[in-house]
Amino acid sequence: MGKLPMRARVATTLGGAAGRMSRLAGRGDGSVIGGVIGLRVEPGLLSLLAADREIVLVTGTNGKTTTTRLITAALSATGQQVASNAFGANMEAGLAAALGQAPEAPYAVLETDEKYVPAVLRATDARVVTLLNLSRDQMDRAAEIWLVARRWREAFEAAPDCRVVANADDPLIAWAASGAHQVTWVAAGQRWHEDSWCCPRCGSHLRRDDLGWRCGECGFSRPAARWALDGSSVIDPAGQVTELALALPGRANRSNAVMALAVAEVFGVSPAAALQKMRSVTSVAGRYTQVERNGRQVRLLLAKNPAGWLEAFDVLEPAPVPVLLSVNAQIPDGRDTSWLWDVDYRVVQDRPVLVSGERGLDLAVRLEADGVAFEMVDGIDDAVSRVRPGGTLDVIANYTAFQQIRTAVGRAA
Amino acid sequence: MGAHARGPGALRLVWVYPDLLSTYGDRGNLLVLERRARLRGIGVEAIQVNSDQPVPRQGDIYLLGGGEDLPQVLAARRLGTDGGLAAAAAQGSVVFAVCAGYQLVGAEFGGDQGQPVGGLEILDIRSGRGDRRGVGEILADVDPALGLPRLSGFENHQGVTRIGPGARPLARVLTGVGNGDGTEGAYAGRVLGTYLHGPALVRNPALADLLLGWAVGALPPLDAEYEAWTTQFREQRLAAVPVG
Repeated sequence: MGKLPMRARVATTLGGAAGRMSRLAGRGDGSVIGGVIGLRVEPGLLSLLAADREIVLVTGTNGKTTTTRLITAALSATGQQVASNAFGANMEAGLAAALGQAPEAPYAVLETDEKYVPAVLRATDARVVTLLNLSRDQMDRAAEIWLVARRWREAFEAAPDCRVVANADDPLIAWAASGAHQVTWVAAGQRWHEDSWCCPRCGSHLRRDDLGWRCGECGFSRPAARWALDGSSVIDPAGQVTELALALPGRANRSNAVMALAVAEVFGVSPAAALQKMRSVTSVAGRYTQVERNGRQVRLLLAKNPAGWLEAFDVLEPAPVPVLLSVNAQIPDGRDTSWLWDVDYRVVQDRPVLVSGERGLDLAVRLEADGVAFEMVDGIDDAVSRVRPGGTLDVIANYTAFQQIRTAVGRAA
Repeated sequence: MGAHARGPGALRLVWVYPDLLSTYGDRGNLLVLERRARLRGIGVEAIQVNSDQPVPRQGDIYLLGGGEDLPQVLAARRLGTDGGLAAAAAQGSVVFAVCAGYQLVGAEFGGDQGQPVGGLEILDIRSGRGDRRGVGEILADVDPALGLPRLSGFENHQGVTRIGPGARPLARVLTGVGNGDGTEGAYAGRVLGTYLHGPALVRNPALADLLLGWAVGALPPLDAEYEAWTTQFREQRLAAVPVG
């Protein structure tokens, strides 16, 4: 990495300084602005910064940030430095900033926004692309997911040296990955089925059973997996069953962990060595954090789309622990709240439900239609005050609502 | 048509092809119709028909949602072969079609490469692909003949729709794109379509009641307590979106 051309070196230095300034000024965590400035000076910066490194891209609708963190932990078992955009800045500027901040790291694990995958794959010549899942998300600004999958497929066809580690249980992911020259299939599970009733290859109705999915018309079916999530354990390629025993809660994170183990294998890291590192990950960019607030414990969960809400419900404390649901519709959230109607809220009707957020009324109407009783509250502290002292409050919020609550309870979260 | 005309038993709500036509919250329309019927003491049978199943011909209200390009083409082809929806519409059943569903009940729409694809011809409209996507809040004033308050919704489509002599525009656009010529949606008889995507009836309960009324006859108003959240929500949305 000592051979960056001068222009690129100037660009990284400038970018790094801007990132520090942004952090010092208290405007965000500084993970994007450095990259934006860097890319203005040298458009080919990402390629230059990625040269001669082993790059892993991580993409999908849900679980990108957490899986990036888990893979970073797993690869640290090599004893080498691992660059990563750990705070979810997942477009080209955030990627460049992450690489620029760790110029000597031989490995980089980069969370990548779904629609940037083809361009980033070309620019970085990535060794591995990790495909988690695809489902409806922020459709006012994101492309239709079938189109996303098709673009991935074309990008993989043009990248013979790239290995795709893909979730075989998600039909759209399987279709995209089957365009790749090298694939590691992982049975990582799929709880959300609403975006994959139809065969991605021919459009016919997909059949599902205990073994997976199969198209009755064209025969496209779930590929045989090398790795599998089985309850709370992983089954590795040797057939060995190991309890995951993660610190992170929930089925979705166990699924992310098995994907991470399959990526670690590509770099010669054993499941035992990888798991030892992955178990030390306790919170990811404030998610799954537990903080104390006015004598109550507050647990923060992020859910940005219907599939994410389904996984968040899985992590809730048992009833009657109350839950605060908070929804905004700013640009990063998607301006359209229609997705609320794709979430089945009846699962929380066994507990006190509190509602807040800039689009709390959208949520109110939604809960009413599901027959779920709720109380409207005025922000996190009002919600906390309704929990008995010493008690716990679960919070599920979408992106900017989550950030607002996280800011209110302190960045330490 | 009075309640007697739908035969014995409950009001039959048929959600057509949620496996192909349910992109974003389309279930909301089913849930709102169901709730507003039940609160008036009308029993409801909600039926979801996937694309590998026949469409029943005896439904009272048929719902079609939004969809991506390929599923839309596939849905039009299957519904054409099946014949159930067109037969039900011809018998006077209510059809409420949203976005991709709206386009495919017409004579023609633009396929995944922009090519013209034949629709079901149960509403006299023709759609094609516009130059750019219309994404955002939409406000529109409804045809006075229908006696409904202003429509509020969210649209996300690239369609342009022309209304033929056999149908009327549903509304006139104040904010947003709609059909692309200043009008929004279309209706004829008991078939009504709109570009207000996803859960359009949630923000427009009067439109939900219009459809229910077409199916079961005159409806009593709901008690205010049941309308409170919906009214607040609707007012917030109307206040948040500037006219023009």
